[in-house]
Amino acid sequence: MTLDLRYTEEQEQLRDSVRAMLTDHAPWARVLKVAESPEPDDADLWRLLSVETGLVALAVPEHLGGAGATVAETAVVLEELGRAVAPVPYLGTTVAAHLLVHLGESDLLRELAGGEVMALALPFDVGPTGSGLPGVEVSTAPDGSPLLNGTVSSVADGLRARVLLVPAGGALFAVEADAAGLRRSPVVSLDETRPLCDLAMWNVPARLLAAGDRAAAALDAAAVAGAALLASEQLGLAQWCLDTTVAHLKARYQFGRPVGSFQALKHRLADLWVELVQARAVARHAAAAVAQGDPDARLAASLAQAHCGPVAVRAAEECVQMHGGIGFTWEHPAHLYLKRAKSAAVAYGTAAHHRAVLATLADLAPA
Amino acid sequence: MAEPVTAQALQERVDGFLAGHDPAGDRLEFLRARFDAGLAWVHYPVGLGGLGAPRVLQPVVDQRFAAAGAPDNSPRRIGIGLGMAAPTILRHGTAAQRARFLRPLWTAEEVWCQLFSEPGAGSDLAGVATRAVRDGDGWLIDGQKVWTSMAHQARWGILLARTDPAVPKHAGLTYFLCDMHAPGVEVRPLRQATGEAEFNEVFLSGVRLDDELRLGAVGEGWAVARTTLMNERVAIGGAALPREGGMIGVLARTWRTRPELRSPALHDEVLRLWVRAEALRLTGIRLRQQLAAGEPGPEGSAMKLAFAALTQQISGTEVELLGAEGLRHDHWRADRPAELDLIGRGPTYRWLRAKGNSIEGGTSEVLRNIVAERVLGLPAEPRQDTGADWKDLPR
Repeated sequence: MTLDLRYTEEQEQLRDSVRAMLTDHAPWARVLKVAESPEPDDADLWRLLSVETGLVALAVPEHLGGAGATVAETAVVLEELGRAVAPVPYLGTTVAAHLLVHLGESDLLRELAGGEVMALALPFDVGPTGSGLPGVEVSTAPDGSPLLNGTVSSVADGLRARVLLVPAGGALFAVEADAAGLRRSPVVSLDETRPLCDLAMWNVPARLLAAGDRAAAALDAAAVAGAALLASEQLGLAQWCLDTTVAHLKARYQFGRPVGSFQALKHRLADLWVELVQARAVARHAAAAVAQGDPDARLAASLAQAHCGPVAVRAAEECVQMHGGIGFTWEHPAHLYLKRAKSAAVAYGTAAHHRAVLATLADLAPA
Repeated sequence: MAEPVTAQALQERVDGFLAGHDPAGDRLEFLRARFDAGLAWVHYPVGLGGLGAPRVLQPVVDQRFAAAGAPDNSPRRIGIGLGMAAPTILRHGTAAQRARFLRPLWTAEEVWCQLFSEPGAGSDLAGVATRAVRDGDGWLIDGQKVWTSMAHQARWGILLARTDPAVPKHAGLTYFLCDMHAPGVEVRPLRQATGEAEFNEVFLSGVRLDDELRLGAVGEGWAVARTTLMNERVAIGGAALPREGGMIGVLARTWRTRPELRSPALHDEVLRLWVRAEALRLTGIRLRQQLAAGEPGPEGSAMKLAFAALTQQISGTEVELLGAEGLRHDHWRADRPAELDLIGRGPTYRWLRAKGNSIEGGTSEVLRNIVAERVLGLPAEPRQDTGADWKDLPR
């Protein structure tokens, strides 16, 4: 099956409306203000994305309160959120939604579609492996209900989460954020627009969602979807870095010429554009493959992270460098993009992790 | 053609054609009939070998004919004609020129070459010095061309020549279809780093061409040439291949079948190249989907740039992976290949030939300038040659 790698007309309209919304509600000065505040994210913007527009539940079935679209549409929203380095728990919640759809969970999906944040209780760097997920210990209360004990570090989107989806003892549990015995500690994160937290659980009551192979398959599907979707966020981020740098180099004069007329800089930007053109094809491929349940989805997701993560980092690094002194200041948004790009390059598996996954999928054994 | 052209309709059309034409019969007759039936290049207009169908449907036709064991038109041998001459003639040619040249081009009865580059005008192509001077109802051509692939087999050449030296360089050019059998055309093999003589030098001494062989208006050769160049970049970087269908497939197979050669550092390098090859392949698919939907983008330049860098690194890694064995070249004979095959010989050939990928069809440096200025809109570098008449430029 050949996947269509273009955007549909509806997706372009979706992009336009999301971009307009973010221009109004998430200008970078506000993003910086939220990042500097004690709040983990922009609660007003989240309300807009979840309750008022339903964009968080795009890929949730309609009978559960979603829009019945696919992650191919979610990916377009993520491009725009990446472009704005928007400080909202959208990525993690849509990945949680993917897991819940996979499990056929309906109550939690209805809550999610109603605007509640959900997060996977896994370190942010865990990528698809198919095995060996770090887990929390499970014990049994006198009434037979499960209790969780253990710690999970560097969890993304966990601070505002209403429900945490916790892999433990080879099964998958739902934990209410206000459950007794659960402590969430904010971490000073490299990317303040997507803060991390550490979880400590001491006899925390939990609800079993799935066990055994069913739990493992759902977690794996979530990891694949996360890697695939993140590529679109990285694409949007990289596009902003390129566009902003081009605009700056046209306006800035040195040696009596626009800086953008110097071939040394033009060639670097042309190379970056070449990388971006490819990142777009790769990210669309990953989104389409996951959306359609293509047998190639796992390979497409790893390919996307192996390619798009480094492209976004390079775009952000070039953006800082080519802006010169101003690019290194707190007062210019470039640093927000730099931090987000590096953080995203580690999220859901590094490029090296995904190359190792590809070695298996493409039958290219190590030495 | 009132009916919409679908894959199904095309298959039926091919089947109908095959019912009336024996694929095992006379090759040329078969190809001519296929052209006349509109099944040559389906996106071309009716009467010119096509059906005005979406370009993306071409593989449907090709696969059906191949499955029937039909003869093909050696697309690699006539690649310059198919990829560059044909779209330029279609866009800028007169009705008579289209009718005269497109059919024998497609049936491979007539091979084409491209008489663009000169010793003094490579990257700065608009600086060509080959002269075309009015001679009654025709033109007299004098000059020297270089890097002319297939000239030794070509019946026709697309030729960029200077018709007016007393105007700025882009304004004084005219585009011709050059008769390679005309008196005064001399083709000499040009040996390259690979050892073979894939390219030629072409000397044009008092070559007389009828005015009917002029393509486009006098002085508008640059605009016509840009059609050719755009198609050239798409043709070089844009072949439709399955996963591991290009040079990466050779490297991947070596890695799989020769475990004794593997090392951890080369493993990661092979995987990086595999990722880049797959990214480039997907970019090509996306570009073709856009073209088929009538939304052409500038991505062809990206394909060409990425392709050139990638083939060089893949072939270089392959030589290193093979170690001492990778140093053994097959031969240094000055072969004159009948068709271009970038991966058909050994690893050292692949590595050497790939060096040309970032030079032929526009150097990577010139392409980066084009991307920076036309795609990203960055300002041009200050130039010495704008406004001045060509005859007054230093060279």
